[in-house]
Amino acid sequence: MSLFFIVALPFFGALLPGLMNAAGRSACSGVTFTVSLAAFVGLLTNLPTVLAGEVVMARVDWMPALGLNFTLMLDGLGFFFALLILGIGLLIIAYARHYLSRDDNMGEFFTYLLLFQGAMVGIVLSDNILLLLVFWELTSLSSFLLIGYWKHLPEGRQGARMALVVTGTGGLSMIGGMLILGQIVGSYDLSVILQSRDLIQADPLYVPALILILLGCFTKSAQFPFHFWLPHAMAAPTPVSAYLHSATMVKAGIFLMARMWPVLSGTPEWFMIVTSAGLVTMVLGAVIALFKHDLKALLAFSTVSHLGLITMLLGTGTAFGAMAAVFHILNHATFKAALFMSAGIIDHEAHTRDIRRLGGLRSLMPVTFVIVTLAALSMAGIPLLNGFLSKEMMLEEAAHTTLFGAPWLVPALAVLGSLFSAAYCFRLIGHVFLGPVRDDYPAKPHDPNAGMWLPPALLVVLVVVIGVAPFLAEPFVKLVTASVLGDAAVLPKAHFKIWHGLVPALFMSIIAVVGGLLMIAVFKPALHLWDATPRPEAKDIFDALVEAVARLARALILPLHNGAFTRYAAIGTVAIVVAGFHAWNTGTVGAPTRAVQPMTPVAIAGWAMLVAATVGMVLMHRNRFLSLMLIGIVGLMVSIGFVFFSAPDLAMTQFTVEVVTIILLLLALNFLPNHTPVESTVLRRVRDVGVAIGGGLASFGLAYYYLLRDAVDTPISEFHLANAYKGGGGTNVVNVILVDFRGFDTYGEIIVLGIAALLIYALTETLLGGPVRARLLNRKPDQPRAGVVHPMMMVVLTRVIMPVILLVGFYIFLRGHNEPGGGFIAGLIVSIGVVMQYMASGFAWTSARLRYPYHGVIGAGVLIAGLTGIGSWFAGKPFLTSAFTYVRIPPFDKFELATAALFDLGVFLAVVGAVMLSLESFSRLARRAHVPDSDYPMDIDPSRDDPPTDGTKFVTEGG
Amino acid sequence: MELLVASAIGILTAGGLYLMLRLRTFPVIMGMSLLTYAVNVFLFASGRLTVGAPPILRDDVSVYTDPLPQALVLTAIVISFGMTAVVVMIGLGAYLGSDDDHVDDQPETLDDTADITAEGGS
Repeated sequence: MSLFFIVALPFFGALLPGLMNAAGRSACSGVTFTVSLAAFVGLLTNLPTVLAGEVVMARVDWMPALGLNFTLMLDGLGFFFALLILGIGLLIIAYARHYLSRDDNMGEFFTYLLLFQGAMVGIVLSDNILLLLVFWELTSLSSFLLIGYWKHLPEGRQGARMALVVTGTGGLSMIGGMLILGQIVGSYDLSVILQSRDLIQADPLYVPALILILLGCFTKSAQFPFHFWLPHAMAAPTPVSAYLHSATMVKAGIFLMARMWPVLSGTPEWFMIVTSAGLVTMVLGAVIALFKHDLKALLAFSTVSHLGLITMLLGTGTAFGAMAAVFHILNHATFKAALFMSAGIIDHEAHTRDIRRLGGLRSLMPVTFVIVTLAALSMAGIPLLNGFLSKEMMLEEAAHTTLFGAPWLVPALAVLGSLFSAAYCFRLIGHVFLGPVRDDYPAKPHDPNAGMWLPPALLVVLVVVIGVAPFLAEPFVKLVTASVLGDAAVLPKAHFKIWHGLVPALFMSIIAVVGGLLMIAVFKPALHLWDATPRPEAKDIFDALVEAVARLARALILPLHNGAFTRYAAIGTVAIVVAGFHAWNTGTVGAPTRAVQPMTPVAIAGWAMLVAATVGMVLMHRNRFLSLMLIGIVGLMVSIGFVFFSAPDLAMTQFTVEVVTIILLLLALNFLPNHTPVESTVLRRVRDVGVAIGGGLASFGLAYYYLLRDAVDTPISEFHLANAYKGGGGTNVVNVILVDFRGFDTYGEIIVLGIAALLIYALTETLLGGPVRARLLNRKPDQPRAGVVHPMMMVVLTRVIMPVILLVGFYIFLRGHNEPGGGFIAGLIVSIGVVMQYMASGFAWTSARLRYPYHGVIGAGVLIAGLTGIGSWFAGKPFLTSAFTYVRIPPFDKFELATAALFDLGVFLAVVGAVMLSLESFSRLARRAHVPDSDYPMDIDPSRDDPPTDGTKFVTEGG
Repeated sequence: MELLVASAIGILTAGGLYLMLRLRTFPVIMGMSLLTYAVNVFLFASGRLTVGAPPILRDDVSVYTDPLPQALVLTAIVISFGMTAVVVMIGLGAYLGSDDDHVDDQPETLDDTADITAEGGS
């Protein structure tokens, strides 16, 4: 099966469990199992190629310019890890089926699990390190979801956060390291990088890159001093702990160290950092594990310790060390996953994981007892089990390793670590299963059904088989080791044997096991001593650190980001003006190239009105109605200005938009207070005046500057003017640009307009569905209401004028291509006509006569415009290429038929729909959620507060 | 003529900015509208000022004004209507929901956010 499928299967499969959730728990887990199984079988189909020593590649260029390609590679190492991930994944899925209770959302769990599985498979199969980073981050995210799966548990949420913070931070630093590595080599492809050992190690940036990458690996694989997150992640459901924290995710860091081994290892820096971190982690983890009472915490620290062991082996930089590491990864995955699952079984059956409350389970849970005993003895390093073999190799390697110039240091620490490791294994067996049967278990323990014990049992069978017949695993381990080593070292000749003769490793092993037994014998006093010893609590330090960072962030952000929008606006304005001023001062300013045109009296008059209206608006903005009128004058003057400066289309658009905007603002003002109170201090107003004048002067200066200078380059407009008629078939160049040259722009803009209208509609719906509805119903209008709701004159006039408006709109629309007009303007004109009906005849009357909902009109507009664009594909042209022809139907004159007109129709409909939907939404608010509207015009408003006796007093004041 | 247009842009900008810095939603919306005019006129003026030469092709005319800024401003005017409508709706919704048309977060709201961040960090 193609590598792409193997990686993609879990991701696509992640969609299924959620869908199957309703079909029952077995169906849900069954489909998950099938997905994993398919990927597993797909992986196995590549086995012959991998066994032949070849590397399977699959490549798709993704962003070649960035060096980011979707390249996958399957060699021995990748195969080994993918096998662990998918194989143990299958067992975990089967186990989780029985472990999760009915209250747990199984679909959610398996979705996360498959996402995680896909990300892990992605990591181990990536050939491109950027792609690897993407998958790497995905594992952090999906493991966050898995650890926090039990959202109701605070420990789960905290553990998930801590894991995300630690591994995420590591991931960030690894991105840095990987980018440096890619820069050094000049390629982000692993297959290239792995060939460039000398180049990388000679580079001055080797050490920073190494440290950054190792930070990523150490955080992921819980190496000291980042080991603390792993035990806290144990709040996750046990299948997650067994999967992520024994077999897969925590091995990702190990995997990467193994993957990068050929190019990064062998230097003193690598040796010092990796070996010492591994040694410290191994000893520390083992010691802490011994004194943990929670089964899963014990196993978690034991995992930390074993990961340290593997790290230490990789750190030695010898081929034998690498082989021992690979072998131990395999062995650890088998016995540790079995132990985690067994811990889950005990928790499930006895309802506690506290070792102090257990004991004597041997006769109650015989099957579990056998599984745990075999796995734990393997972990302790007892012969005939697989843990013994790799531990012997580790001790052998340690015996030959000299760190910090002291030949005794590494062997001594290795023995110490093994000693504590053996001790906690014995404690696990002794304190949980041996001893007298108790009568105070929280629940009566018994062996679970086969679905739960079979998965760990299968793993224990492997433990025993490899332990008894190591030669079976030898070819595979050597194959994997060969791909770890690459060209950097020669595969060691040593064979896997149980008996090596009286070598130092054997004596060290004996010391460790005997010492472990002695340690258990003196466990009680040792525990007292341990409890009495003060030691730093990693979680407290971490929390304090996070709190300190959060405090710093708050101290930085809160004063700046204090919710005062006006202040942001002022700061932004000043910053832009200052930046512009700087650019002005440092750039070159040429002499004016255009002559100043003389001012005409008409222009001066218009300018004076505009300025007067603007200044008046600012001075009298507290009176909101007045400022609304004044802004109308401003808009009118701007429209006239457009006419004056040869822009008839703009003038028409501005004018019609002005009308709908004012109606909209009036509708809004219906609810808002009519006056703005004085709130800001004089000082503040002076500051604002300063900012405003600064901004005004800046825009004046900029505008004046370039009004007097020609464009630097020939404007593209020359092309537009020359081709509007020839290519677009229209003489109104502005319209041809809109529907033809820049049709794609226009298409986007009508979509934006439609979205804005839908947003307004959605907001209105939300408001009317929430508490605001009651508020609206109880609201008393602050203005006296008109006695005549639908004045007869207005009703008659608007109805009579409606066909005329439609005719004008139609005319403006049709002539748009050649004369000022077009879809935008026609749309606005028709909207005004419809709005007038609402205003005159009432909401209910108009709505009742509305055939098509405005959403549909918007949709139809966008659809017609889009389909017109697509139509040009059938002519083999790019999207939105227009075509036109001239036809003559007697007795009419010759006229033009253009696809651009169809496009313009789309624009027209979208504009009508958007404008009307916005205004309609506002008026629905204005109807105060529910008002029984009368169908008859000329009625008397029943909601009127104080009906005037003479019937005339308020008529003129109504809104 | 250039002076008139440029100063009009400047005055519209200044007025718009001043109103944008007010504390209540309605003046801010008005300020945004003024600023919209300023920006639209500014964009339009980037085609330079031409009197009496609309970009409507005629057989006997050879001088036309720059049509491209006009096309851009035309859509900008329509879009700015949509934007104004959305902003008005948001302002209105906020006012109806809380009986408060302040633009800035009010002090008691600020305390709430501080508490939330403090809890989240711990």
